[in-house]
Amino acid sequence: MIQTFFNPEIIAASWPIVMAGLRNTVLLSLLVVPLGLIGGLILALLASVKNPALRWPLMAWVDFFRAFPPLVLLILLFAGLPFAGLELGGFVCVAVAFFLNTGAYYGEILRAGIDSVPAGQVEAARSTGLSRLQAMAYVVLPQAVRNVLPDLLSNTLEVVKLTSLGSVVAVPELLYQARQAQSITYNPTPIVVAAIVYFLMLWPVVRLLSRLENRAFAGR
Amino acid sequence: MRGNLDRFVDTFFNATVMLKYLPDILSGVVVTIELALFIVVTGIAAGLALALLRSLGIRPLNWLIIGIVDLFRSLPPLVVIVLIYFGLPSVDLSPSGFVSTWLSLALVLMAFSEEIFWAGITSVAKGQWEAARSTGLSFGQTLMNVVLPQAFRLTIPPLTNRTIAITKGTALGTVVAVTEILGQASSAMSNSYNPSPLMMGAAAYVVLFFPVVVAARWVETKFAWKR
Repeated sequence: MIQTFFNPEIIAASWPIVMAGLRNTVLLSLLVVPLGLIGGLILALLASVKNPALRWPLMAWVDFFRAFPPLVLLILLFAGLPFAGLELGGFVCVAVAFFLNTGAYYGEILRAGIDSVPAGQVEAARSTGLSRLQAMAYVVLPQAVRNVLPDLLSNTLEVVKLTSLGSVVAVPELLYQARQAQSITYNPTPIVVAAIVYFLMLWPVVRLLSRLENRAFAGR
Repeated sequence: MRGNLDRFVDTFFNATVMLKYLPDILSGVVVTIELALFIVVTGIAAGLALALLRSLGIRPLNWLIIGIVDLFRSLPPLVVIVLIYFGLPSVDLSPSGFVSTWLSLALVLMAFSEEIFWAGITSVAKGQWEAARSTGLSFGQTLMNVVLPQAFRLTIPPLTNRTIAITKGTALGTVVAVTEILGQASSAMSNSYNPSPLMMGAAAYVVLFFPVVVAARWVETKFAWKR
């Protein structure tokens, strides 16, 4: 059992490969989380205009990406677009897919946050002479973000986990590197190591979220 | 301009190719629905069972439950699938791609739903437990008739969201050769060297999941907690 799943020789041999993967997972997350947040912020700001002509298309956009599996989106970009003469490469495809997919999720969360700030706040800010944009940036958004912080954190956890999809389009992140090591060594140890790395990296976030969620429920 | 559009349609929405591979995509739809139903039923049932076990308040058992839940909340679903599919054969267990995907996503859904059910159960005020017990209801009766009905109401919006997100993960089965929609579409695409089957597969996902998302939005507003 230990020889199969925790083979020390194989851990030693695959260590540099898996660690290179971890580095890329961290870098990829540092790219796609801000990308998704920017996408979400654009959607939430558009939704705050409260124009019915904007509201329905936005809702349809968000619901579409809630219904569409991110892996299908990724494959569509990676394997479909070349037929239209557009080869983006795995890395760019992951970035675009995450911008669209996680942007929709972040957008929905931020929209709920903006809605949770009472209208009186905006009116008060506007009456002191702040422009609409200033009122949004300095008064509404800081409170909105604070109100939905647990949801934002929870979605960010999901985004980091989702970077493992990069392995399907040959982006050398943690899971991809571990599978490479596994196929060279004919031994599942590298994948077990990768799973342990994911767990150690994300467990503190899960613990924190669990506390925040219980508190939010109890406060009702 | 006209020529370009024709070429685009001919490439991405080629009627001949679509007709030829329609049966494959439809069989993929059946596999996706089967897989999704298995995952939802077993995952939520297991999550509820764990939450009920946790309400008994047996310390070592609770630590074990929290450990399992935390584990499957921190691991990416694709990592769990790969681990089960490529790891278990080394100990002479060879689950099929279908079983690996089912098991993995059910475990992930179990973890998330346990957390949601547990939060719902703890949200019911302690006084309600005490009041119910003092009227002569047993622990089981209190749980069933007083606590759970209130807890369920609170858990429905987060639970539907999480269930949709995890059920969409059936597409991950492609990685371990499950012949669900994406798998069928990908192999049809490489056989025909044309992306039309992929477009059909994408459309199938939208047809399948979009109504679920819209229904979830409706449920969310209906069960929204109003003060």
